[in-house]
Amino acid sequence: MLEVRGLTVSFEGEPFMHDINLTVLDGTVLAVLGPSGSGKSTLLRAIAGLEHPDTGSISWNGESLNGVAPHARGFGLMFQDYALFPHMSVGANVEFGVEGRPGAARRVTAVLERVGLAGYEHRGVGRLSGGEQQRVALARALAPEPRVLMLDEPVGSLDRSLRERIVPELRELFVRLQITAVYVTHDQEEAFTVADQMVILRDGTIVQTGTPEQVWSSPANAWVAGFLGFSNLIDVVVTAGVATTSWGSFAVPDLEDGHHRVVVRESAIEAGGPLHGEVSQRRFRGGHYQVTIKMSDGSLLEAELGEAPGTGEPLAFEIVPAGVVGLPDEA
Amino acid sequence: MDRNRQIVRNPRRIGGILLVGIPLAFLAYFFAYPLGAILIKSLVVDNRLDLTPFADVFSRGTLRGAIWFTVWQATASMLLTVLVALPTAYVFAHYRFRGKNLMKAAITVPFVLPTVVVATAFLALLGPTGVVDLSGTVWLILIAHVFFNFAVVVRTVGGFWGNLDPRLEEAARMLGAGRWRAFRTVTLPLLRPALAAAGSIVFLFTFTSFGVILILGGLRFSTIEVEIYRQTITYLRLPLAAALAVIQLIGVTSILVGYSAFQRRRAIELSLRPSHEVARVPRTLRDRLVVSGVLIFTTLFLGTPLALLVARSLRTSTGFGFAAYRSLATQTSALFVPPVEAIRNSLLIAFAATLLAVTVGMMAAVIVAYRTGLFSRTFDVLLMLPLGTSAVTIGFGFLVALGKPIDLRTSPILLPIAHALVAIPFVVRTAVPVMRSVRQELRDAAAMLGATPARVWRRIDLPMISRAGLIGAGFAFAISLGEFGATSFLARPATPTLPVAIFRLLGRPGTFAQALALATILMVLTALSMFVIERFRFGDVGEF
Repeated sequence: MLEVRGLTVSFEGEPFMHDINLTVLDGTVLAVLGPSGSGKSTLLRAIAGLEHPDTGSISWNGESLNGVAPHARGFGLMFQDYALFPHMSVGANVEFGVEGRPGAARRVTAVLERVGLAGYEHRGVGRLSGGEQQRVALARALAPEPRVLMLDEPVGSLDRSLRERIVPELRELFVRLQITAVYVTHDQEEAFTVADQMVILRDGTIVQTGTPEQVWSSPANAWVAGFLGFSNLIDVVVTAGVATTSWGSFAVPDLEDGHHRVVVRESAIEAGGPLHGEVSQRRFRGGHYQVTIKMSDGSLLEAELGEAPGTGEPLAFEIVPAGVVGLPDEA
Repeated sequence: MDRNRQIVRNPRRIGGILLVGIPLAFLAYFFAYPLGAILIKSLVVDNRLDLTPFADVFSRGTLRGAIWFTVWQATASMLLTVLVALPTAYVFAHYRFRGKNLMKAAITVPFVLPTVVVATAFLALLGPTGVVDLSGTVWLILIAHVFFNFAVVVRTVGGFWGNLDPRLEEAARMLGAGRWRAFRTVTLPLLRPALAAAGSIVFLFTFTSFGVILILGGLRFSTIEVEIYRQTITYLRLPLAAALAVIQLIGVTSILVGYSAFQRRRAIELSLRPSHEVARVPRTLRDRLVVSGVLIFTTLFLGTPLALLVARSLRTSTGFGFAAYRSLATQTSALFVPPVEAIRNSLLIAFAATLLAVTVGMMAAVIVAYRTGLFSRTFDVLLMLPLGTSAVTIGFGFLVALGKPIDLRTSPILLPIAHALVAIPFVVRTAVPVMRSVRQELRDAAAMLGATPARVWRRIDLPMISRAGLIGAGFAFAISLGEFGATSFLARPATPTLPVAIFRLLGRPGTFAQALALATILMVLTALSMFVIERFRFGDVGEF
């Protein structure tokens, strides 16, 4: 079990990460999700021992790792852009972490086979495609069987279709090998796919912790909702299960009376119903339309609709209660 | 449209011919012709090939000894320099600290200092009247060589190291390698091209070392370069000197060829990172100890000889003062003129040499930078040859060859030409990378904003090139001020340059203080021209 308690890191006197607390249970994957510059890589580097924290502790099974050199921690790190040794073959790269151990050569063959690169031992790393390099980096990190595998944007430099194929493969690999992993990414879909638990990082602070389902169904605040791609943040007044806005009302059976800020998911807006607006923009997304609806007071709602009238046409719609999430009050 | 192009193209063609023709003619007459004359002098007797001077060289114990000493002191100097300068290269590549840029400029000063100044400084520090007396030992020579070439290793290896992705070493650490193993298996192999480059440059410079050996080696240590000088000036054995020059030329050429073959074979594609991403502020205690320890060592090692040179030049029998400087105005038995004349001579020659070197060098650089193909590449190598040829050989060649068809040997333009020849490779090497660094997209962008080709050249290319020209001029000026090898052959007794005057003053008893004073003046002048270079340098573009 990896535990981080009260971790603070500063750069050149400027505090950069504040009071980070997290726990990764054995055999589970923790995704660290956040926009660029939020401190994701720094967190990984601090756990790896490559960055020196000001205060706080990092421990493995209750044993503190403060002052333990990076190479002695038994952790693996797969770098963004891979950091493959350019002067070594694929085999030598993968063997680096197990060199001198009995059965090293067999281990290399086995790991390369596992990532689908059987027979690549003697190739130079400079000639590989992006996807192949990614798999060599993964094989290299896996070969020494690290206690914790950390991955820094492992698929960040691959193109979209490759990414969509590889991320589920990674998840499957983690589960099958019961790997304890910390997975850093800026892409929420990637995090949802790969994680057992996730933390969301903003400006060096953890703003939310939970399972992917928990994070999805109840974002901790408006920033998280916005970061997760929920564009409809609406201030409402709730009376007896009905939310009222200046452009109309809709049912919110789960919310208590009073002022609330709510997220209305794009999929919660369905065509035909008591609410009225005007289509201000309509973009075809293949399979559905992304529609921007302009309401009577000028505010805008984003919706996903199977069919939609053209720009400037009126639109009648309803808001399905299951797609409305109340955000906690922000202090 | 077509007609316009025709008009533009024709003058260009004439300009192109001049651009290629002038540097080629300059190199042919002042480099190839004198070298050819040396070859003929040593190998042809009565129109027949005659190899006896070579047999003569190898039959003389002193000359065999000089050849052996040349090779081993160059090897030892190279290894020592790399070893001593590597920690400084590491600190410069990996840490940011206050005063780093100033320090970077300061460590380059020894490299551009005239050999005579450095030799004088070490004579003051480690000579018979110095802090420790190392005179008569090889250590004096080796330490002076390390001092000289320290910046080559720091700049070449440090520059490369500073762009090496630090995550490669971190990746090794995460795979269980300790600091030493990560360095040995990952960093060191990746540094090899830079180490080889720096090592070959140091080897080449020390292989042809002249002033340092002549002044610090006494009668005991002598290199091929010194022997060429002695055989010519002292014993008037011209065929023997010519044979030695040929042997040295073969040595230098094999080093250059071997090095470029090595470079081609070792090319590894690296993902380099901008240096500001690699360098960091020292944070842990270990970081701070390493950085301050290395910087203190560097400052002491490079600063002490120079500080002592200045201090000793100000010492008088009663305390401190400018007595030695004032005495420069009076004539001594060492020179035919008051030493102060040498300052004027050196400055005049340096101006003329700079003008020549920049004119010819920039023309050549345009050809190398803007033309592609075999011609441009061959031209590039041709231009580098004077850098690999010893200055003494060039001076000797001038003496042998330039009597005919026009006798230039007594002309005041002779020294500027010799100095320009030595400086041209530096001008070209500084300018070419700058010219090539003008990215085509910039020109395209200017063109898309409506600029004509002429305006693009004037507004985009020219400003960058003229700065490169200024940097080249600074180098040429500094090189001319300090040039000693060729000058020792060519300077006439009545018009000594600063290095020649210092050498003569060192050779006479009772004029050591004056030598120190002149050396200090020469050091200040050289430092000033380097200061100009640092002012105009942009980024790390340029190879020196």
